Amino acid sequence: MKITREQIDHVARLARLELTDAEKEMFTGQMDAILAYVDKLNELDTGGIIPTSHAVPVENVFREDVATESLGTDRALLNAPDRSESFFRVPKVIE
Amino acid sequence: MELYELTIHELHRKLKNREVSSVEATRSMLERIGAVEDRVRSFITVTPEEALKNAEAADRRIAKGKIDVLTGIPVALKDIFLTAGIRTTCASRILENFIPPYDSTAVAKLKEKGIVLVGKLNQDEFAMGSSTESSWFGTTRNPWHPDYIPGGSSGGSASCIAARQATATLGTDTGGSIRQPASHCGCVGLKPTYGRVSRYGVIAYASSLDQVGPVTRDVADCAIMLGAVAGHDPKDSTSVNLPVPDYSAALVHDVKGLKIGLPREYFIEGLDPSVKKAMDEAIATYQGLGAEFMEISLPHTDYAVATYYLIATAEASSNLARYDGVRFGHRNTDARGLLDMYMLSRDEGFGAEVKRRIMLGTYALSSGYYDAYYLKAQKVRTLIMRDFIKAFETVDVILTPVAPTPAFKIGEKFNDPLQMYLSDIFTIPVNLAGTCGISVPAGFSREGLPIGVQLIGKPFGEETILRAAYAFEQNTEWHKRKADM
Repeated sequence: MKITREQIDHVARLARLELTDAEKEMFTGQMDAILAYVDKLNELDTGGIIPTSHAVPVENVFREDVATESLGTDRALLNAPDRSESFFRVPKVIE
Repeated sequence: MELYELTIHELHRKLKNREVSSVEATRSMLERIGAVEDRVRSFITVTPEEALKNAEAADRRIAKGKIDVLTGIPVALKDIFLTAGIRTTCASRILENFIPPYDSTAVAKLKEKGIVLVGKLNQDEFAMGSSTESSWFGTTRNPWHPDYIPGGSSGGSASCIAARQATATLGTDTGGSIRQPASHCGCVGLKPTYGRVSRYGVIAYASSLDQVGPVTRDVADCAIMLGAVAGHDPKDSTSVNLPVPDYSAALVHDVKGLKIGLPREYFIEGLDPSVKKAMDEAIATYQGLGAEFMEISLPHTDYAVATYYLIATAEASSNLARYDGVRFGHRNTDARGLLDMYMLSRDEGFGAEVKRRIMLGTYALSSGYYDAYYLKAQKVRTLIMRDFIKAFETVDVILTPVAPTPAFKIGEKFNDPLQMYLSDIFTIPVNLAGTCGISVPAGFSREGLPIGVQLIGKPFGEETILRAAYAFEQNTEWHKRKADM
């Protein structure tokens, strides 16, 4: 086994996913098969190979520090599931 | 011929000569959508009011003599492109009611040219899939045969073109999501070089691989659409600041002396005989036109799918962290605290394939596994890129199948993710290398399903693959066949 049920519980928590038992069961088997497949990468010697994060060279892009038009509070709050005045409202964080 | 049957360039000529109005063309298209949509289900949202409003504006613009080649043309968009004021779902329950406050850059550019938006198209949820079966809004059908998938993730973009429900569409391609459905539905689909088109306002899946591109009825339309959306955008720091060529001017009927590479690793055992036949015939066509063939090697091809499913899922797990029920999207209202709200909202909002990829990506990035999976995959990505750089030292373009088989049946691979992933084996390497590829119609299976071939170009070599695709199209009849519906 490449991955155990306990690891699935741990990863689901990291990913902030409240999975059902049936989902956990299914993902354990499927991820095990996928991880067994991706193990084929270990056939390759990648010593000294520089990892690629982007296919084109990406550099930080600077611009002049000038104010431009932005989204604005009203439009930013348009899709809020819950709001209070000009804020997003969420359940209590601290008991 | 009905107006909904016309290509961009054909309809443009009629609009320009004032033979027809954009309102007439748009009404024809909306009627067509109404007539066939229950059999195809290309759309998540049809926008008739927006379309007629756009068409009236286009007609006023044409009356003033300010016509662009896209003015008044009915276009539909994959539901991954933010459209201001028009619901954009990415085929997910988590965005079921999301109304974007702004347009993606690609959409803004099309609007400037005066397109008519007829609707938003179905896709796999968050562009994760190869069949359009993972959509929260149901499965799209292949217009050539209702028992078969249209491909994915831009399945609605391709089915919509094959069913003549829009004149042109845009899709996105992260591992083949434009080229594979274009091949399965008998359309032309182009994935540009990474950085050629802005990703601003395109809902992110895997940011180092995602790219916007057209799905169209022919190569000339493909060139028009690419030229309209390509170019640098200050809002996307990965968009490249290179001039945009006149892609339509590249469509000259001449491939004499063009050096075409055939990678031996792409002629695998699992290749369907009908795909092999389409490839053999395509080679013969190009030879007849004076192109030169040579066998090449892309030695790391067999590692591309594994590399992709680690890199893409890792990036997805990070990109999809934003769906937490706080600022937009679905929120569970029974949650007892903030953490509970995050976890329940995400569990309810995401479908199985999205959860599976978030889980895999989170695992690949997690402490203790990062080096073994994510970093290893990034190193193999370097090797795959080098394969292409080396190949392009001797050839101008590479000719390959798009997919190992024609479209498969609905349900056939849905419960076997690894088999589904392996169907992208010939398209994924192009995204990892960051270069461009086009799918053009090249044959049919015994069941009457379309088959495309892929031309892969050098980075920013879109003109060359368009020219090669155009020459092929002008010497074959495949693109003239239409799905009977």
